[in-house]
Amino acid sequence: MSDDKILEIRNLKIDGKSGDDWLPILKGIDLDLNRGEVLGVIGESGAGKSTIGLAAMGYTRGGCRISGGTVNFDGTDLVQASETYRRKLRGKRIAYVAQSAAASFNPAHRLIDQYSEAPIQHGVMASAEAQSDATDLYRRLQLPNPDEIGFRYPHQVSGGQLQRAMTAMAMSCRPDLIIFDEPTTALDVTTQIEVLSAIRDAVEQFGTAAMYITHDLAVVAQMADRIQVFKLGETVEEAETRKMLSQPEEDYTKSLWAVRSFKATAKPKPPVDEVPVVELKNVDAAYGTTQVLFDVNFKIHKGRTVAVVGESGSGKSTAARVITGLLPPSTGEILFNGETLPADYRKRNKDQLRQAQMIYQMADTALNPKQRIGDIIGRPVGFYLGLSGKQQRERVRELLDLIELEPDIYMHRFPGELSGGQKQRIGIARALAADPQFIICDEVTSALDQLVAEGILRLLDKLQIDLGLAYMFITHDLATVRAIADEVVVMQYGKVVEQGPKVEMFRPPHHPYTDLLLSSVPEMDPDWLTDLLAARERGDAVDPDDADAAAK
Amino acid sequence: MHPIAKMALQRLALGVFTLFVVSIIIAGAVEFLPGDLAQEILGQSATPEAVAAFRAEVGLDKPPVERYFSWLGGVAQGDFGVSLATKRPISDLIAARLGNTLFLAGFAALIAVPLAVTLGMLAALYRNSWFDRLVNVSTLSSISFPEFFVAYVLILFLSVGYGFDARWVLAVLGLLLLVEGGGAVKSALKDSGRFSFIGAIVGVLGLALVVNAVFSWWTYQVEPVQAFPSISNISPNTPFGERVYRSFLPALTLTLVVTAHMMRMTRASIINLMASPYIEMARLKGMSPGRIIFKHALPNALAPIINVIAINLAYLITGVVVVEVVFVYPGLGQLLVDSVSKRDITVVQGCCLIFAATYILLNLTADILAIATNPRLLHPK
Repeated sequence: MSDDKILEIRNLKIDGKSGDDWLPILKGIDLDLNRGEVLGVIGESGAGKSTIGLAAMGYTRGGCRISGGTVNFDGTDLVQASETYRRKLRGKRIAYVAQSAAASFNPAHRLIDQYSEAPIQHGVMASAEAQSDATDLYRRLQLPNPDEIGFRYPHQVSGGQLQRAMTAMAMSCRPDLIIFDEPTTALDVTTQIEVLSAIRDAVEQFGTAAMYITHDLAVVAQMADRIQVFKLGETVEEAETRKMLSQPEEDYTKSLWAVRSFKATAKPKPPVDEVPVVELKNVDAAYGTTQVLFDVNFKIHKGRTVAVVGESGSGKSTAARVITGLLPPSTGEILFNGETLPADYRKRNKDQLRQAQMIYQMADTALNPKQRIGDIIGRPVGFYLGLSGKQQRERVRELLDLIELEPDIYMHRFPGELSGGQKQRIGIARALAADPQFIICDEVTSALDQLVAEGILRLLDKLQIDLGLAYMFITHDLATVRAIADEVVVMQYGKVVEQGPKVEMFRPPHHPYTDLLLSSVPEMDPDWLTDLLAARERGDAVDPDDADAAAK
Repeated sequence: MHPIAKMALQRLALGVFTLFVVSIIIAGAVEFLPGDLAQEILGQSATPEAVAAFRAEVGLDKPPVERYFSWLGGVAQGDFGVSLATKRPISDLIAARLGNTLFLAGFAALIAVPLAVTLGMLAALYRNSWFDRLVNVSTLSSISFPEFFVAYVLILFLSVGYGFDARWVLAVLGLLLLVEGGGAVKSALKDSGRFSFIGAIVGVLGLALVVNAVFSWWTYQVEPVQAFPSISNISPNTPFGERVYRSFLPALTLTLVVTAHMMRMTRASIINLMASPYIEMARLKGMSPGRIIFKHALPNALAPIINVIAINLAYLITGVVVVEVVFVYPGLGQLLVDSVSKRDITVVQGCCLIFAATYILLNLTADILAIATNPRLLHPK
């Protein structure tokens, strides 16, 4: 092993326990990392990305075992090393940054105590020294109030700041290697940029080697010197970032690169005098005394898709709750085919309830794990359409055909036996079971891999054309908006800041906030982040403060 | 005002109201008891005139509602009245007994709570090991038997009859170490192909203990000893050490009865948290298993544990009737049972009110502690 190599993985095999059998997760992978180098690890779910990241620390999750190969870190094979040796390495020489900082910080302790824990326990620094060091790193990572923020508990700090605090925590012992496991996946696009630039600066300043795990190609293009693509526990290909982006060799890599090409069928504009299926008129809404929607107006026409875009906290999901009647608005009204709907869902009749259905973000939690697919879809069929027995079963079969799942195979399965994409299809079938005119799709593709998500978008597009459905499509992902929307509504702080047909929305001039959103979506150009930050510095591009100022 | 202080005051006020409702229920229930004090004291052969005169003397001839309100008026001023049967002030009667009950409950709690929480944490740390299974099986068995049964078994082994032969404990311990050590060697060989020396040493130690015990039974007999008294008769003058000694068996019985619940809850809450990302983070920061359990899991598991401890402490005070009767321990439960059979209404009401107040106060304490140990509630955004 040469001197400048920090990590060398050879023929690593890891199995996961499934019932009584051990199934392979990693099928003999090789990976090299030099000191100070950033390696992008790319793949869809099931590729074994996280398993690789953890294995680099000599760690396997419960129910997994290393069945062969070596993980050579700075001259020692971590597979053969004792647990005590590995424990002394973790946190001190190899550190980890997890996907969800909110879940990975211990809610019972202050940030600064969690920062100091590793240096103190590993005997690197004394308590006072660690605390002043924490403040210093918080400042370098551009956290607001660096002297004070460490004394807060995790729940008192926002997601983007927590993620930077976690990067600081990983740096606390000045490790040789940091594993970043999807550190920005859970963040909004505008926050993502701040975290990405903070991570990049920190890694550069300390010359730390890093493994950057993600499924987002555009993100990894900004971060990595070199990219290694994985599929189902095997390396697909590996190359320098620029080469990988410009001339991928393998078909699988090309297919990953090409995912964003889907475009929904363009629909004709509705006649000017057509009554919209759903219309929000001057809607204000509040949770308790906190007002979250301010004078929201928009229309959704038959057979068309309105994408509602905004960051977390912008009020998109609240607007959906208002339409479904779960949260009655404080003022304003909701019209359905020109008629006012009762504000509270309890006062709506069965037919009004039937007309508006929802598909949820997490198909995992939205389906009852103890019910068979036939029952999950059969229930709304029975409830809304009054069908039972053989008729109900027939209808369920038709619906399964519609969502392109074989009825004989899937009728009697439980949700746990389905893949993520199939579960989301069941969610769609359940919404269709009520025979609605209007469906709210709440971030329905954000938990899915890009290829799977594309399948769902295609299905939704096909159903819209066949059944003339109106969609309200809530998302924070502008690529999805580009693919599926007919009209776009941009929300910020509970207000609609801009709305109109998609073609106009993606053409300048924009509202500053729309501009910020659009410019924050990472592009597949390795220089994109550098250029954007420079442009914001010069004042050529809108930055978050401008957008905030424009909103107020 | 601090939100916790405000919450405590609100809950206290609600508690007073609950007590009032409880007092009505108690008074109503007591009215439904067949017979009354006069008949119990004067016996079957008393003339109706004598019974009537006795009733008039203690005030039983007045209507129930009037009696209830005059009693309630007294209680509100801190005066529980006098016992109908003995004419002694109830406050004195209860005070002595309550002291004994609290002593026994405190004694049992001092053993049970640290034991249960420690066992729970160890069981979580060594989940699915033989230690875990042993702790689970033994605590669950002890909770499954009725209290009086546990009490008599303890009397049988620790007080009268066969006495106590420590070699049993050594033999069982040895057997466990043998199985555990052997299992460790076997699984280490199977999983990583390495030989576990620690497992082998533990196994050999266990084997030695078993052989030693068997050999000892073969060769000589130990005279049974009466370790602890089966009757826990204590009086206000009993010195402290003597009290501890005499109330050891009832305290042990109660410990066996309440440990399982608290231990299971501790184990479950910690195991539940062990899957959370921040525990994995602590592991990836290279923290030791002990530190992970104590510093990272326990603080987040406190709320449910505190609640179960509170419920069990309340049970130790209010649920000990059977244990007190078996060991003839002069506690509040005994007083309650005696007073019910004597139809001494005012004493019954006093005891029940104290039991109810105990429940309310302990649950209030648990809620306050649960908030005080949760930074999300203590330091809002």
